[in-house]
Amino acid sequence: MALETRIYQKENNLKLSQLLKASLKDIYSSRFLARQIAERDIKAQYRQSYLGIIWAFITPLATAAVWIFLNLSGTIRVTDTGIPYPVYAFSGTLIWSIIVEAINAPTSSTNSARSILTKINFPKEALVISGIYKLLFNSSVKIVLLLVFIFLFGIGFHWSIFLIPLAIFIALVFGTTIGLFLTPLSMLYKDIGKIISVGLSFLMYATPVVYAIPESGIMKTLMEINPISPIILTTRNMLTGTMPEYLGYYIVIILLAIPLLFVGLVFYRISIPIIVERMSA
Amino acid sequence: MEEKEVLVKVEGVSKKFCKDLKTSLWYGIKDLVSNLKGNQTERQLREKEFWAVKDIDFELRRGGCLGLIGHNGAGKSTLLKMLNGLINPDAGKITIKGRVGALIELGAGFNPILSGRENIYNNGAVLGFTRKEIEEKLEEIIDFAELREFIDMPVQNYSSGMKVRLGFAVAAQMEPDVLIIDEVLAVGDLGFILKCFKTIDEILPNTAIVFVSHSMPTVSRICNNIILLERGNAVYQGADISEGIDLYYSRFLDNDSSIVFDDNSLSLEDTHLISDEWYSKEKPILRWGDDLKLYFKFNIKRNIKIPLFRILIYDKEQRPVAILDPNKKGSNLKIENGGLEFIVTHRNLQLSKGFYTVNITVFKERSNNPLLRINGLLSFQVSHGEDHFQPFLLSSVFENIDKPLK
Repeated sequence: MALETRIYQKENNLKLSQLLKASLKDIYSSRFLARQIAERDIKAQYRQSYLGIIWAFITPLATAAVWIFLNLSGTIRVTDTGIPYPVYAFSGTLIWSIIVEAINAPTSSTNSARSILTKINFPKEALVISGIYKLLFNSSVKIVLLLVFIFLFGIGFHWSIFLIPLAIFIALVFGTTIGLFLTPLSMLYKDIGKIISVGLSFLMYATPVVYAIPESGIMKTLMEINPISPIILTTRNMLTGTMPEYLGYYIVIILLAIPLLFVGLVFYRISIPIIVERMSA
Repeated sequence: MEEKEVLVKVEGVSKKFCKDLKTSLWYGIKDLVSNLKGNQTERQLREKEFWAVKDIDFELRRGGCLGLIGHNGAGKSTLLKMLNGLINPDAGKITIKGRVGALIELGAGFNPILSGRENIYNNGAVLGFTRKEIEEKLEEIIDFAELREFIDMPVQNYSSGMKVRLGFAVAAQMEPDVLIIDEVLAVGDLGFILKCFKTIDEILPNTAIVFVSHSMPTVSRICNNIILLERGNAVYQGADISEGIDLYYSRFLDNDSSIVFDDNSLSLEDTHLISDEWYSKEKPILRWGDDLKLYFKFNIKRNIKIPLFRILIYDKEQRPVAILDPNKKGSNLKIENGGLEFIVTHRNLQLSKGFYTVNITVFKERSNNPLLRINGLLSFQVSHGEDHFQPFLLSSVFENIDKPLK
């Protein structure tokens, strides 16, 4: 039987195709590990908590509730959103939270595996995949919640609702791709994580999360450039059965995200040994 | 017998580390960038960096066991991490064939909240088992760990020994071609340690093992090749385990004597170990069975009678192993010109191979009042072909009984 040969050296071969092939092979071979890590973390998380899953969506709901209150009380007047405002706000914050969680997922999975990363050689891709599993789990709960709102506020049923899981999955892939590029840096410097979290909380207001894109002005330009805008808007359109306005940009984003995801995986793969070297045991 | 295939080949491997954290992180960013360019250029030491491992070469065949020894910080763990593929070398090349198993940390992937049974799956998954493999081996693992009673209890309530047992039980199911063992077997009770070694003995013939340990008897028991690392360099490399271990022990011989107690009654002027043919001032070596002769010269500062000298021998882990019978009342020691000079002899030294230090405590005659205590007075090494856990290797004769004793 031919034995698998591994070579460790300083030099990298930079053939993207070979690295990607190795990366995908490891993803496949470590599918059990990925599932096991996700299962372990989800189980452990809920075994130590009574409210459990509620924590996954309490923050976006609270944000939405604040905005709904501000709007209803007349403190802040947002432009007409075309659908009942509570639905707009709730769907916005929930989808936003999914994207933010996806951006943070690769970093947090890698970070929580610190202790084994420095001691055991396993396919690191499993961490990314386990992150996606955990996201899928949390997101599915949020999707159910979204559907409840839709019917509660009398939007009613649309065939486009069946596209929601796909749209959420695209949001996850988009977020994870960004996360993959950020992970090596934020593993080295704690600053990166802080900057990301502050940056994202600003970015939320440049994204049609709790209010629509204004008719004119600098905010309109900013929000239309922001790549997260089409993801939120299109997903919301599918939810409410309205005609997507930014479908073109949305498709461009998807077409860019997929090759970038692969590049991100390769970057992650070759960066990990350097990170491990700089990490405490 | 034909030579088995080479499983591990290490050629000129080096690794550098940085002494300063902030700088290290910044180099990390730079390395990330140069990594993207393919890392073709040769690496030089940058500011605040040093070679943690330098130019190591070796080959390891199936059935071979390489012992890596050296003091703390000699580069053993760094080399292991490179062999395990956790970090990449800064120079050189490592080629490994076959499935690699690492006993560097037992119980990796355990989550303390979850039960032992659930954690078998977690740990197994990290080690590369499939669900099916784990399910097949589950019972065997539980039995091996001797934890059937507690298997559904959260691991956070396990004792450290129980965790290690569970971790090893899972790891023992690996069938690696190359096994990397760090100092993991040091925990756990004796019965368990013996069980671990039995397992290692069983897999040894079909495996290439790299073994890192501070326990020389263990190294000499299972290794057939040895590398002594010092500051990243291979100071000794070869198949003569005994010589490598002697060299390792000799690195401890730095005379750091310290006066622990002194009431100014007397002071030590000179002391050394006398050995006819093996005498060397820096590194006295005695062969097993030689006579131990210690020379002492004291200055007597006050008007005292001949005090009592207790000479204690400690091993390298600073455990007391022996005491020389103190001078008796009737001994012919004499104070002359304010000095006391004598030689203490112990015949046929039967300490086992290793490194020992000598401490001395001087008591006022026939009392427990100390006058002077000096630790690490001198150190010496006992050389012998075999290495033992036990501090004494007592000579013995085995013979048939010609006539029944009764």
